Amino acid sequence: MQQSGGFWAHATNFSATLFAQTLPVTTTETWRALAGGALIGVGSATLLLLNGRIAGVSGILGKVIRATAGEQGWRIAFLLGLIVPALIFGAGSPLLPGDWRWAAAAGLLVGIGTQLGSGCTSGHGVCGLANLSSRSLVATLVFMGAAVVTVFVVRHAIAT
Amino acid sequence: MKFFTALFAGVLFGAGLLLSGMTDPANVLGFLDIFGAWRPQLALVMGAAVCVTAPAFLYVRRRALDARGEPVELPDRRRIDGPLVTGATLFGIGWGLSGICPGPGIVLLSTRSGVAFIFMGAVIAGMALLPLLRRAPH
Repeated sequence: MQQSGGFWAHATNFSATLFAQTLPVTTTETWRALAGGALIGVGSATLLLLNGRIAGVSGILGKVIRATAGEQGWRIAFLLGLIVPALIFGAGSPLLPGDWRWAAAAGLLVGIGTQLGSGCTSGHGVCGLANLSSRSLVATLVFMGAAVVTVFVVRHAIAT
Repeated sequence: MKFFTALFAGVLFGAGLLLSGMTDPANVLGFLDIFGAWRPQLALVMGAAVCVTAPAFLYVRRRALDARGEPVELPDRRRIDGPLVTGATLFGIGWGLSGICPGPGIVLLSTRSGVAFIFMGAVIAGMALLPLLRRAPH
């Protein structure tokens, strides 16, 4: 500990404490959320500026599956790119609140819902909002609302 | 060239998902559980991502071209209609059941866990199924 009483040490300490009290979980998590979000933004901006395309994961995946004519190369490249960092650094293991049938039902809803609603968290939530689209704002509010209600029902209405 | 720039964009996006905590379903469900032990941090992910992406959209909209000088494919639909709301609702329920949206779902395939493959298999099946459901006589 050098110069533990320095102004900046106090200032950083104070703001860290303030931040931790405002957001009741660890500050590391807060900084990771901010930095990770910014990185997601850099990725979306890169695809928009260098490929002229929207970084909507469900849209890209849906078009790959339905084998929409042409342009499949960049789509597959983007989706493969998503996995690369996790292959290097690891991604933990997914733990779902139910068994495989639960995962299958949730996946089906995500697949059908994102195609019907033309987007997911990335297409509507990041790119659509950044493009100031009212359609995306409505979609984002609706899927966030539906997700919050679902978690409430599963965790607080059904369980215990 | 398009292949490599898209791969690069995907790597950045995937690193962001991983760093942010969006690829941890328990964390995401904690964020959605606003009536329980709420973990609000993940709201910052979307906030930061939107702030960083917005200037790129502004630039592209002004020129109607991307940074390479080529035409940009921007969604032109403006109508807020039934399919948008129904689709977003179904997606929200699926997201709330699992804590996994499509991007993190793809990232989680890297864990080679059965659950991740079942989930993404079902996502793909749902995506393939929708045009068939629409074509079916009502």
